[in-house]
Amino acid sequence: MDKTKSETGPTKLEAVMGWVDKRFPATETFEYHMSKYYAPKNFNFWYYFGFLAMFVLVNQLVTGVWLTMNYVPSGEGAFASVEYIMRDVEYGWLLRYLHSTGASFFFIVIYLHMYRALRYGSYRGPRELLWLIGMAIFIALMAEGFFGYLLPWGNMSYWGAQVIVSLFGAIPFIGPDLMEWIRGDFLMSETTLNRFFALHVVALPLVLCILIFVHLVALHHVGSNNPDGIEIKKNKDANGIPLDGIPFHPYYTVHDIHAMVVFLFIFCAVVFFAPEMGGYFLEKPNFDMADPLKTPDHIAPVWYYTPFYAMLRAATYPLFGMSAKFWGFVVMAGAIVIPAVLPWLDRSPVRSMRYKGLWSRTMLSLFVISFFILGYLGTQAPSKIGTIMAQICTTIYFAYFILMPWYTRIEKTKPEPERVTG
Amino acid sequence: MSDGDVAIDSAKDDNKDNNNDATSGGVNSGRRYFLIQATSAVAAVGAVGAAWPFVKYWTPSAKARAAGAPVKVDFSRLAPGEMLSPIVAWRGKPIFVVSRDNQTIESLKSDTAELADPDSQNPEQQPEFAVNAWRSAKPEVGVYLGICTHLGCSPKYVVTDNFEASGQGGFFCPCHGSKFDLAGRVVKGVPAPDNLEVPPYRFVSDTVIVIGEEGAA
Amino acid sequence: MKKLLLSILILLPLTAWSASTNNWPMEEFEGDLENLPSLQNGFQLYANYCLGCHSLQFQRYERTADDLGIPHDIALENLVFTGQKIGSLMTNAMPKEQSKGWFGASPPDLTLVTRVRSPEWVYNYLKTFYADADRPMGVNNKVYPNVGMPNVLLDLQGVQREICSDGHCDQLALDSGTGKMSAEEFDAAIYDLTNFLYYTGEPTRLERQRTGIYVLLFLIILGCFTYLLNREYWKDIDGH
Repeated sequence: MDKTKSETGPTKLEAVMGWVDKRFPATETFEYHMSKYYAPKNFNFWYYFGFLAMFVLVNQLVTGVWLTMNYVPSGEGAFASVEYIMRDVEYGWLLRYLHSTGASFFFIVIYLHMYRALRYGSYRGPRELLWLIGMAIFIALMAEGFFGYLLPWGNMSYWGAQVIVSLFGAIPFIGPDLMEWIRGDFLMSETTLNRFFALHVVALPLVLCILIFVHLVALHHVGSNNPDGIEIKKNKDANGIPLDGIPFHPYYTVHDIHAMVVFLFIFCAVVFFAPEMGGYFLEKPNFDMADPLKTPDHIAPVWYYTPFYAMLRAATYPLFGMSAKFWGFVVMAGAIVIPAVLPWLDRSPVRSMRYKGLWSRTMLSLFVISFFILGYLGTQAPSKIGTIMAQICTTIYFAYFILMPWYTRIEKTKPEPERVTG
Repeated sequence: MSDGDVAIDSAKDDNKDNNNDATSGGVNSGRRYFLIQATSAVAAVGAVGAAWPFVKYWTPSAKARAAGAPVKVDFSRLAPGEMLSPIVAWRGKPIFVVSRDNQTIESLKSDTAELADPDSQNPEQQPEFAVNAWRSAKPEVGVYLGICTHLGCSPKYVVTDNFEASGQGGFFCPCHGSKFDLAGRVVKGVPAPDNLEVPPYRFVSDTVIVIGEEGAA
Repeated sequence: MKKLLLSILILLPLTAWSASTNNWPMEEFEGDLENLPSLQNGFQLYANYCLGCHSLQFQRYERTADDLGIPHDIALENLVFTGQKIGSLMTNAMPKEQSKGWFGASPPDLTLVTRVRSPEWVYNYLKTFYADADRPMGVNNKVYPNVGMPNVLLDLQGVQREICSDGHCDQLALDSGTGKMSAEEFDAAIYDLTNFLYYTGEPTRLERQRTGIYVLLFLIILGCFTYLLNREYWKDIDGH
């Protein structure tokens, strides 16, 4: 093929691409984002999750579209239509489990992706906007998951949504009216289900796709960070190509494809052998149809919200004349959005945890541990010890952020290397 | 170290073509080509496998199949020359059950000049047992799917004079004027390309049939 | 730190919600969906004793018969309510409002009961009815105290009574000879019935697991190729 190229002019494929390129920047786009996008050569394990998040998104979109074909968004029909998909529709069970398991894996992957940013300082300048867009994606994803969770119209869906919507009742003055406005009724009803359905299947997927596109545009504009937290663009060769950069395609495409297969193996093991995941991915009370007169014995949101839910419950004192309920809402909302200001909290001269000092390492470890403990506490029924634990962990969670300007400045850092280190 | 650097440079530079030399820069292009092909082939199998549930998902569900289950039709009150009314449905489609008198049966054998496919040569249009002059299991009863083979309208039953020459009745499609004889056979020169379809059916007794099932009476 | 995270993950309990809310010592239950005779017997028991009040409104007779290896004509004759077709959902004619008056609550649909509660719960619940003159139906239950349901299996099992000592009533004893079945036969029957409900909770379970094995095997093969491909390309890169 290659030999004939120079002798007989362009091959058929090249001719076709030439025709397309005159009308659409296909080759140019591919080169800009793939074959001539130079990524640091020292990516490690933590750098798989961005790609994997995209992959899970595609899974959610495709299975979601298919599920919509048989789902009935009505109070009478929703629960039965899910069972109809599970039993009567060919492979409905598979697509439903792919979607429900995919939801949990989406959050696993996103949390790991975000942890990566904390670990290697990927939020630091010039990547502040990239980080903010990422935060917007995270919040949109939480909303998407929340709206989707009501759709099976099981009893846990119903009461979980009821609790979260009731949170808005804690907002002073407008709270009660706001709750009614969100529900469109005096209780969670078919009206609520219908609007959540519209948001879940049309509005938020659209928002997510746009935000992810913007996220990628921003990423490829500033270039990827790496485990050493140093700019590979500082050291370029004669052609202007970073010395520590390698073309994303083919090196990271083959890398990510292999990661995808490994991920799929774990994902499919859950889908096919433990789709309920012991009640964490599909909660038992959700196999009962929604009943506005009967709350399940123990309500907990799905696991991916439980850290924030535990923080909500950790607020038990009224303060400054506002109720504990109000502060719970503030704490929860604050916990979700506070990572957005990270770029301006981190004053360290270095980006990566590899070169940061003991303070940063300790705080990050404590932060992660408290996040896990909060997640666990959120799945459990409230208890005295649990509440105290949650209060301690909530304090640590916020301390990680609020004290960051201080501890990143005083700690002794190690010198960053000139070039990336494997 | 130096070996690796050379390799990176060659990989970075798209215009430089090293593939003529299979081992330049330490790249075994034959092995690479093989691995790409093999991985793609296995992945393609996986893609087809992954697509399969999505394709199957569109086939009729257990609910649809239950709704389209065989139906029992009792035509004991049907007089010769009549069509069963109200029209019964099988899988949601109209089924024409007509009773034929002896004269009609005879004329179905002889009046075939105007017909496009008098011998039912298209095997798609009827089960094996209905490949005969009456296109039915018993000459005196005809069972046809009441859907015109042109564009899916439901033809009307015309008792007499559907055919000018013989004065025989038949079926007439009001949408585009296709004509069929009393055995559901289409005449020449009309838009409909095929005879009316004969559904699978079997006799349970002399006057009761089950539509949707074939087999011995 | 990685080790610490791992240990936290392992310490998380395996199930988020425990099925039982009281202290009755639950007997274990291990479902067996490949044991067709058990499932068939369970189906028959269900059709005879339960279906009149408790529908299986998401499950079809046809699918059940096919999965359990019962020919349609036999199923139609013995297991399907008169007037229903083989393709029908397993509903009943229980009037919702009236039955509320009879039992205090209308009998719930049981298609998913083993997923809402657990197979153990159902198994133990069905075995722990006992005579209690204070209750409207004359029976009470150890796993579901003060349940409104009468003991429909009384004639099979016989009368069970509480045995109390030191104010703890944590044992049940059978009045021998009051039931048609021996204790072992009854246990086996309840096993079959629970096994059947375990099946209706997720009729695709076996298909899911069988498909899963093929999918995972395929991914291992694909993984070998993607691993080799990845390694082949990364030979170019310094330090790898």
